[in-house]
Amino acid sequence: MSDVSTFLELLLNGVSMGSVYALIALGFVVIFRATEVVNFAHASLLLAGGYVTASLHDDIGFWPALGVGIAAAAVVGAAVEFLVMRRYRGHDHSVLAIVTIGVDILLTTELTRRLGTDVLTLGDPWGDAVLTVGGVSIAHTRIAAFVAAALLITAFLLTFRYTSWGVAMRAAAESSETAALMGVRLGRVSLGAWAVAGGLAAVAALFLTVFPTPGLERATSLAALKAFPAAILGGLDSTTGALVGGLIVGVTESLATGYQSELAFMGRGLGDLAPYLVMTLILLLRPSGLFGTKELARV
Amino acid sequence: MADAQGEGLAVDDVSVGYGPVRALRSVTLEVPPGAVVAVLGGNGAGKSTLLRAISRTLGFHGGAVTSGEVRFGGRRISGLAADRVVATGICQVPEGRRVFARMTVADNLRAGALGATGSRADKAAALRRVHELFPVLADRAHQRAGLLSGGEQQMLAVGRALMAAPRLLLLDEPSLGLAPLMAARIADTVREINARGDRQVSVLLVEQNAALALRLASHAYVLEVGEITLHGPADELAGSDEVRRRYLGVVDETAAADATAVAAHAPVLRKWGGDA
Repeated sequence: MSDVSTFLELLLNGVSMGSVYALIALGFVVIFRATEVVNFAHASLLLAGGYVTASLHDDIGFWPALGVGIAAAAVVGAAVEFLVMRRYRGHDHSVLAIVTIGVDILLTTELTRRLGTDVLTLGDPWGDAVLTVGGVSIAHTRIAAFVAAALLITAFLLTFRYTSWGVAMRAAAESSETAALMGVRLGRVSLGAWAVAGGLAAVAALFLTVFPTPGLERATSLAALKAFPAAILGGLDSTTGALVGGLIVGVTESLATGYQSELAFMGRGLGDLAPYLVMTLILLLRPSGLFGTKELARV
Repeated sequence: MADAQGEGLAVDDVSVGYGPVRALRSVTLEVPPGAVVAVLGGNGAGKSTLLRAISRTLGFHGGAVTSGEVRFGGRRISGLAADRVVATGICQVPEGRRVFARMTVADNLRAGALGATGSRADKAAALRRVHELFPVLADRAHQRAGLLSGGEQQMLAVGRALMAAPRLLLLDEPSLGLAPLMAARIADTVREINARGDRQVSVLLVEQNAALALRLASHAYVLEVGEITLHGPADELAGSDEVRRRYLGVVDETAAADATAVAAHAPVLRKWGGDA
């Protein structure tokens, strides 16, 4: 295989994985913008969505199972907001962030208990089929991941820009008090944000567990954690940042893993480390991320 | 049409505390339907607190109403959530304008309409009226609000509040930080909004600029360290020594006359006065 096609393959895979990370990061950013809370429970929402899809697809077929999985993750997200986060409204945002860690531990413990050491498939229709064009091979699952992520992200951005929900969301993100003066129901905005984030995470769960990964297992939530550097390096409060950050993380990871043998002096596992390395470098240069707003303080 | 008395806003014996700090003590005031009422007071007098108590946003600042109640249109609103207050027809233009800087002017106006209860057609009509009042907002519709000048931002803040088609407009220091000409324009606009025949909008105006406020209002209250110390018809207050001295920056007449007399007799330095 030529160098060029290897590079292209790695790049395409990276972009595809990156778009999945972008989906997760987007949910993360949506919650942060709506409530200013850093949601550490995000990976467990993803696991929940994936688990529901995995356990239902045998009985009701893949597509309905995926639908139920997405809905379930959205409901779990909304429930976390309604049952937990809402009780702490008015508390410091760092307290809320720590509360999400607690929620994450609870959810993840329960889900890993159910999963045990199993590796569940989600029953996707793409299997291990590979498309080869001019010496460059790419798995169907990767193409599907990219297309699905692109569609969802576009739909999300259009909604964000043009609907009343989007306007309310952006207004609340800029100033929750002023938004409340305009009659925006802040509770609804944050409920919506958590639900949307959950739904996006469930879709991401699908594409994190399809070929070439073996399936849904405990470690899937670790893979989901890569969306954190994506969201952070893009700027926590920027939707554009989430997308770009996701792509950067995906491509970096793919290239670092692919060229691992050339980088052998760095030791193994560089692919897992690389996203964090890039994040650190970017934050050194731009402390609020690539597209994040600098802390605005006006007197 | 507003008819009966008591249909307006009534703040009844309201006290507010931020934790242990008392910010308002037994404040009572009234805004009859269609009236413009001003609340005067210096920094820290509790003016913004009063508006927060009405629009139910004290919670954002760690404050709470400790006693008394607020009624609007005969209905008790002091137990409602902020968004429900907007639904009753009260909309506030917050101090310092607080436009959504990263959103376009058009989106800011859309945000203002989020609390409106009317139909799509009502919202379109509201937008037309806002554009009529402030044509500049139509010209700049697709600009980011943060890029507008201070005066334009104030217009946007007022326009945004009007999008909810309020029956009572709360204005928190609309002239703050504006050039005198711009402040006068905003004052004209407030008068125009209030005078609209088809839909009476009453106004509760909180101001440090007492001269402007007293010109606009029919009735005024003076708030000092959380208490109403004076109130009455605006022209009466404008004539009272107390208000003139404290808020209009006018020293009493004899002292003023003395000052002019002294100035007139002040020695002039001939040497530097040119060929005079």
